[in-house]
Amino acid sequence: MMQQAGAGRRRDFMQQPWALWRLQAKRLTQIELRRNLFSWRATWIYFLAFIPTLIIFIHILFNEHDASSFNDDTQVLAGIIQLYYIRLGVFFGCLGIFSRLIRGEMIERSLHFYLLSPVRREVLLLSKFAAGSAAAVLLFVTATIVDFALMYLPFGAAGRDYVFNGPGLGQLEAYVLIIVLACLGYGAVFLLLSMVFKNPTPGALLFLGWEAINPVLPSILQRLSVASYLRHLMPVDVGAKGFIALLTVETEPVSGLAATLGLLLLITAVLLYSCYRIRTLEIRYTTE
Amino acid sequence: MNDQIIFEDVSKFYGEVLGVNRVSLTIPPGITTLVGPNGSGKTTLMNLLTGLVQPSSGSISVMGLSSRDANKFFATVGYCTQFDFFPRGITGWQFLLDSLMLHGMSKLAAIQLAEESLQRVQLDKTAAWRKIDGYSKGMRQKIRLAQAIAHRPRVLVLDEPLNGLDPMARAESMALFEELGRQGIHLIISSHILDEVDRISDRVVLITGGYLIAEGNIHQVRQEVREKPMQVLVRCDRPEALASKMFAMNHCVEARLHPDGRGIFLRTGDVDQFYSILNDIATEGTVKIEAVAPADDDAHAIYQYLIGSEGGTL
Repeated sequence: MMQQAGAGRRRDFMQQPWALWRLQAKRLTQIELRRNLFSWRATWIYFLAFIPTLIIFIHILFNEHDASSFNDDTQVLAGIIQLYYIRLGVFFGCLGIFSRLIRGEMIERSLHFYLLSPVRREVLLLSKFAAGSAAAVLLFVTATIVDFALMYLPFGAAGRDYVFNGPGLGQLEAYVLIIVLACLGYGAVFLLLSMVFKNPTPGALLFLGWEAINPVLPSILQRLSVASYLRHLMPVDVGAKGFIALLTVETEPVSGLAATLGLLLLITAVLLYSCYRIRTLEIRYTTE
Repeated sequence: MNDQIIFEDVSKFYGEVLGVNRVSLTIPPGITTLVGPNGSGKTTLMNLLTGLVQPSSGSISVMGLSSRDANKFFATVGYCTQFDFFPRGITGWQFLLDSLMLHGMSKLAAIQLAEESLQRVQLDKTAAWRKIDGYSKGMRQKIRLAQAIAHRPRVLVLDEPLNGLDPMARAESMALFEELGRQGIHLIISSHILDEVDRISDRVVLITGGYLIAEGNIHQVRQEVREKPMQVLVRCDRPEALASKMFAMNHCVEARLHPDGRGIFLRTGDVDQFYSILNDIATEGTVKIEAVAPADDDAHAIYQYLIGSEGGTL
């Protein structure tokens, strides 16, 4: 009996129009990318992504680069990733990108066009998430790679040696992974917040506070945080002092693989709940 | 496949506010007009039909489909809402193409359908290439209508489709609706401009305060309003003589001379008896009767009788 039910479910699963859903998801992602990434409204997100790049560029022009500053610059880069990108840049960038996807369209009163299209709502939500993630990853990963290149370029042969024969390339890979996971994690959270709250900003600020105090919370609560997983993936310890040190503390050692899987699990759980929310979403623009 | 739209005991509450209450309704193919004052529940009924809002209780089936099965449902249904908003910065052409491409068709097929629908709503291609932000209200209405009909739906729901259109565009739209009705699709229209939709409607659904108060063929609904005497216009050479004969036989409760003096509006409580007597008078030959037509057998009059507000352009 159980076997029959299982076989029935498998048959239903296989009979779903997966090819059509894939095609719709691809087209929706293209539409969203065109509307969100390549528009004037996205300017401030470009600014958030590339402001450290500009500062590093100015640093190249005006500061001496000798062997003694090599470790300092590596520390500065790690600080930029952990304290700026994860805590602020990617955080607010994703808030801007992902809260627009559903709530922004409700405010502009154009979401009904999507809800009246022959697209399953879960496909719609996941496509919007994919488009937001692609936009955020493209901007912030590009910025991270450029920051990294600019940081070691002035050291000449020593810099090249550090990158290609030393730990440099491994660190870059770790930073890229951290930024990608940060975009996905914050993106999933802000997409959900924008569906639950009419104005997701207060919720996002509460979440920012939660992320800040997370290291001092019990270990079970630490799992409900994006930044706590990302801290475990940092390839370079940031020698922060005072209050800032709280943001870099690693309270419970976790392997990189476990941290990555943990965060992906958190993202999946948030997206599943978002799918449930969009199934019951109603268009009532008059109350927006 | 079932070819009817069925509402079964459907209620919708927005918190404590009533949207519609216990609506049971079956809509066959043809043109159906939803008639009711502002806030009566017409848009709620349309939003329920298309799944934009979910019923608090009851169930809705559109040609045997549920809005939860979006792929099949929205391949069958087109909805032109009254929300006058569009995705920002988009051209009319891109708007149409984006919508069609989500049906999973090839770009070539989408282009063909987009061109066809632009032609049907008589919006030229040069205008379609411009951004919608710069459109007039009438053009925005047309591009919305084009988007709703582009994929050739079998059920078309139009919420106030004549709003913002000039008389010429209104006449063109009416002709399009008539053509769609003739093709056997379900066309459900809500409109405040009763005189115009009355001309093409096969049936009306009267709704007020969230309650369905009457539905069916316009003439049948009028017959059901027994307590309101029917008004008949009789074109004849001696209207005063006709009126006195009718009053004498006790089959007329009110008479009003037509402004051109060549006819008279008569009100009667028993229309069958009235027509029988009118035939007798015509046979007598004392009054030469040229034409007879019901004068309040339309959505406008029914609306006034049942709902009580001013009809016409509300």
